[in-house]
Amino acid sequence: MDEKKRQQERQQEKIRNFSIIAHIDHGKSTLADRILEYTGALSDREMQDQFLDSMDLERERGITIKLQSVRLPYKAKNGQEYILNLIDTPGHVDFTYEVSRSLAACEGALLVVDAAQGVEAQTMANVYLALDNDLEILPVINKIDLPSADPERVRQEIEDLIGLDASDAVLASAKSGIGIEDILEQVVAQVPAPSGDPEAPLKAMIYDSLYDAYKGVITYIRVVDGSIKKGQKVRMMATGKEFEVTEVGVFAPRPLARDELSVGEVGFMVASIKNVKDTRVGDTITDAKRPADAALAGYRRINPMVFCGMYPVDSSDYDDLREALEKLELNDASLRFEPETSGALGFGFRCGFLGLLHMEIIQERIEREFDIPLITTAPSVVYKVYKTDGEVMSIENPTHMPPSQKIDYVEEPYVKASIMVPNDYVGTVMELCQTKRGDYVDMRYLDANRVNVVYQLPLAEIVYDFFDQLKSGTKGYASFDYEMIGYKASKLVKMDILLNGESVDALSFIVHQDKAYHRGRLFVEKLKELIPRQMFEVPIQATIGNKVVARETIRAQRKNVLAKCYGGDISRKRKLLEKQKEGKKRMKAVGNVEVPQEAFMAVLQMDDSKK
Amino acid sequence: MVIESPRSIYIHIPFCSHKCHYCDFTAYVVGGQPVDEYLDALDEEMAWTVQETPPETIDTIFIGGGTPTVLDVKQMERLLRSIRRYFPNWSDQMEYTVEANPGTTEKEKLAVMMAGGVNRISFGAQTFRSDLLSNIGRVHSVADIGQSVETARQVGIDNISLDLMFGLPQQSVADMEEAIREGLALKPEHFSVYSLKVEEGTVFHTKLLQGKLPLPSEEDELMMYQLTRERLQTAGYSQYEVSNFAHPGKESRHNATYWKNNAYYGLGAGAHGYTRGVRHVNVKGVGEYIRRCAKGRPIAETLDVSRMEAMENEMILGLRLAEGVQEAHFYDRFGIPLDGVFGKVLTQLQNKNLLENEMGRWFLTEKGLLFGNDVFSAFLGEGIDHGVGR
Repeated sequence: MDEKKRQQERQQEKIRNFSIIAHIDHGKSTLADRILEYTGALSDREMQDQFLDSMDLERERGITIKLQSVRLPYKAKNGQEYILNLIDTPGHVDFTYEVSRSLAACEGALLVVDAAQGVEAQTMANVYLALDNDLEILPVINKIDLPSADPERVRQEIEDLIGLDASDAVLASAKSGIGIEDILEQVVAQVPAPSGDPEAPLKAMIYDSLYDAYKGVITYIRVVDGSIKKGQKVRMMATGKEFEVTEVGVFAPRPLARDELSVGEVGFMVASIKNVKDTRVGDTITDAKRPADAALAGYRRINPMVFCGMYPVDSSDYDDLREALEKLELNDASLRFEPETSGALGFGFRCGFLGLLHMEIIQERIEREFDIPLITTAPSVVYKVYKTDGEVMSIENPTHMPPSQKIDYVEEPYVKASIMVPNDYVGTVMELCQTKRGDYVDMRYLDANRVNVVYQLPLAEIVYDFFDQLKSGTKGYASFDYEMIGYKASKLVKMDILLNGESVDALSFIVHQDKAYHRGRLFVEKLKELIPRQMFEVPIQATIGNKVVARETIRAQRKNVLAKCYGGDISRKRKLLEKQKEGKKRMKAVGNVEVPQEAFMAVLQMDDSKK
Repeated sequence: MVIESPRSIYIHIPFCSHKCHYCDFTAYVVGGQPVDEYLDALDEEMAWTVQETPPETIDTIFIGGGTPTVLDVKQMERLLRSIRRYFPNWSDQMEYTVEANPGTTEKEKLAVMMAGGVNRISFGAQTFRSDLLSNIGRVHSVADIGQSVETARQVGIDNISLDLMFGLPQQSVADMEEAIREGLALKPEHFSVYSLKVEEGTVFHTKLLQGKLPLPSEEDELMMYQLTRERLQTAGYSQYEVSNFAHPGKESRHNATYWKNNAYYGLGAGAHGYTRGVRHVNVKGVGEYIRRCAKGRPIAETLDVSRMEAMENEMILGLRLAEGVQEAHFYDRFGIPLDGVFGKVLTQLQNKNLLENEMGRWFLTEKGLLFGNDVFSAFLGEGIDHGVGR
């Protein structure tokens, strides 16, 4: 027993759990690839660029959505063999909670900063998350071989802006493979080995989970105390659900079954779990017979911030859509959905997301992986409506907004937005924040050239098109991060849209009173552009209450192309007709008007600056 | 399923004196082309074809292009002889059409054609304003049209069709009205009138992409079409198909083969055929066609038409005809009632006032005529087949 314990301790001392944090584009994925390569975790043949981003969507968008981790054997310069567990983190503000949990599974983090661009808003946000989790932060200055690289300035920035000691920061180029060994040596030397008691009752933190059609939920875990092995009965401390472990293992980087995972180890657990909701990110797994006294800190039930309606274009796809959402939910504990009915769109689901990106990803996956053409309504935030009769409603769907005479006042969610921007663009950024109904909070010069501008902004405006406008207004130089700060009262009204005289609930949106006329006009113009001509004239009206604030008319289509059709034309004609039919399939009949998918999202595509 | 032996033949002559700006047919400018070798190959293709699908009585033959009349007298004579040799049994009602461009039909050639059995000529007049003609890349003159029709009459062709186009760049409603008047003055038995469709791979497509193709407005185009219908009907031509008008009894029976979804032989480079329930298309290139014919049928692609597809085609094509689709005929052909297959679509289209039913016959309404593509596409993928088939 003692021998086993000693062996256990020796093993524990050789483990280093770390992740990489960086602003988007600062080279996180490339660095991860180089580390995998350097440690020989992947052979050249297996070396698919950016191994950790395994979903197609992730690679296309250059972002990480699902977390991955990998176990890397590393023989350090001191001659000792170490086990390095690299845990990936998602790189988008929508997934802040997931980032915080995967950081909680580590003892250290590499902070990658671009040698040319320097510290950005997201860099800061991630550093704070890492500090919250008491991680040892090792700065890495990346892309030093870029002509515009200025590592010394960046080193100074890291010290001045973040307050980290950057004197030992590794100068690296992940792309060219420079500095990789130095980084690994620092990980070994400076990241603490996992503490934790191998004899204590099991405590393992779930930092992600993935649904597998054959094995059920594969839970990604970090063992904090005790150990977990096949056949063990375990309990999820937040949900109370119990399961029998059927498999544990590590990612090497392919999944590799093991007898057990003990203190400090990172790997996976399979236990015939049918639903990812039973294995919530941040929850603690413990032994069912000998449970831990308390769960690990930091678990939070995360609430969706952005909601939209999702409807099948073809109403007979409703059950398939439900199944698709259920399957995605298996993999995505933060996705929420419940059935809803729209007068215009029929049966569908109101879905809740962490943010816009999350929403787009789910929408794309449903269309791509499940092949269900969708109508998605414009995203909305959750409004709090205080009615004159004292009732308080949470409105996730603009349609449910009560009539104005029954409303005392309305509150909307606000965020604190930090925008880091070069001096020259401060004016642009402030102007943008003002048009987006922002309240100025603070402005601080970070150095001679860069400014951190802080505003309180309605979340709805960020959902709208804030990010795109920020990027285009500052030529891409601004970086941006935000956090929720709560609700504030606003003068908001509901805008209804009438097509051919009939109100279309799925097109309703909530807008600030001062902007209502302008947006109403832009919206009907956009709809006119997007809705194809029908066999009859279609008036489009935007109304507030009973008052029409904007109107456009789509002229009637008078005829199709009156082409000839002889022998050889038949196959061609069919192809043409099939194409036409395919186009129709992507439209939804609202009353007798055929409305294309994009129209329901059109509210997002209006450029406010257009007068 | 359509498994009857074809009673119609389409023969493609892929040569032209000049390529028109809207043309995406298989057509090569004739200068330097191996025309004689092509005719040899056609002869070979006919031999392979009749060996595979022996012909019965032939009702209609259509020689199209390209411009078949760019063949010289000798070549024309020999083509017609080949056809006669491989397809010897003709019905008394034979309709034998050759497509021609105005200005390409001198008397001697016409005489040879008539001797070979040709009894109908379809002239590609297109329009009657010389600048519009040159805009679309036609090389004939307005005067050529009248002269060619007159010459054909003189040699005794008593069945003449004129092709007219509308929706041409810079064409006005008045221009169309003029074209109809001029066309009527020539007293043809038949008119084909269709709108310009800009196809990919044509001069016009490039211009359209560059924003340099001043097409008439939809409103004007509609007026041109309605004007055409009204004027021709007043003049005694009934509209028997979306773009075809004829004196009673002079409807093109060859083209009706296509609309009635019947079988036909298709011969020549790029030609399509429909035999034994299989649609095929030949290789397009003249050189390749010639090489392939030495070894067998020069087929580029075949498509087994499924029963459902055949039923869809029956509707898509049949509804182009004024007589529409007969329920009884549909039942005879497919052994299943029409409304059993397409009941839902038919009702929907009827409710939208696009289709009408009279005594077991389905046909386009006035509105349906204008929105044909919406009607036709509605049938795709919507049929339910409970039948065992025939």
